[in-house]
Amino acid sequence: MSAEAPHAAAPNADTDALFRYVLRLGDLSLVLGQRLGEWVGHSPALEEDLGVANIALDLIGQARLFLTYAGEIEGRGRDEDKLAFLREQGAYFNAILVEQPNGDFGQTIVRQVLIDAFQLELYERMAASSDARLAAIAAKSVKEVRYHLRYSSGWLVRLGDGTAESHARVQTALDLLWPYTVELFAADELDQRMAERGIGPQLSDVYAAWSARIDAILSEATLKRPADRPHAWHGKRGQHSEHLGYILAEMQYLQRTYPDARW
Amino acid sequence: MEDKRQWPLYEVFVRARGGLDHKHVGSLHAADARMAIEHARDLYTRRQEGVSIWAVPSNAIIASDPTETDSLFEPARDKIYRHPTFYEIPDEVKTL
Repeated sequence: MSAEAPHAAAPNADTDALFRYVLRLGDLSLVLGQRLGEWVGHSPALEEDLGVANIALDLIGQARLFLTYAGEIEGRGRDEDKLAFLREQGAYFNAILVEQPNGDFGQTIVRQVLIDAFQLELYERMAASSDARLAAIAAKSVKEVRYHLRYSSGWLVRLGDGTAESHARVQTALDLLWPYTVELFAADELDQRMAERGIGPQLSDVYAAWSARIDAILSEATLKRPADRPHAWHGKRGQHSEHLGYILAEMQYLQRTYPDARW
Repeated sequence: MEDKRQWPLYEVFVRARGGLDHKHVGSLHAADARMAIEHARDLYTRRQEGVSIWAVPSNAIIASDPTETDSLFEPARDKIYRHPTFYEIPDEVKTL
């Protein structure tokens, strides 16, 4: 094998790092999209059914682009379907905020606002990535995510600044989910390496912008920002909460029961 | 009389592309103006149907009374001379 062989079978450290980084991005969208899909047929109103499903479909679309790219980087013939449906839980690298249960509609909205604002600030910066493919995916996705945040933040303000009941419910959901946001911005060696190569943004920059955006939304929604606490989970490294297994069982059932099924 | 259990009804008008007029496409329920636009976007433009949306509270629309149909519209029926079909159009005129 010549030294010039691109993406050679024996992975070098750089391609392996990029592979895992792109999986992180794809898995975040994939798991959240799957979670949101659980609302279909159960939303508080027919109009919300379509609203939530549209967001879920956008997220699955993003996941397809990321996972297809990840498969090409890996160079072992795994396509988007193989990566989505045939990986074990420990090979998923999403932050665990997205795998948390939907709860009531208010809890789903709180989770959505926290992630939408994160993806918005992330993609806005990643659109200038030194990796042309990631830059293109981010540039396309940022328009979708901007709408997601418009939708979710509108709901959070409505519920937070609504009745005593709706206010109490979304504040409880915010207190419940807030600790999981810390993981999004906890830059590990991989995040650091991607930032140094100009592939991904500095998570500290993303955090500052996210934090300001969230403060503005919470203030309008008359909600209280919870305090940050240290976290003890590492979904980004494949260590997940008890919820992901159930999500994957449902999501992967068909492909594992009828391998390569098409329709 | 306002029923709090049901969101108000809005009529939705979508402009398919620049230069065309907004056309009525349907209705939806929404709690407020912002939600009306978001629901209209999610319900009526998810297959690239439009570039602009109007949402109008249904109760703001003033409609003609169906019982007055005869007096409002019947008189126009025998006035075919109001149709511009009695003119010879010169060949040079491409569009009129």
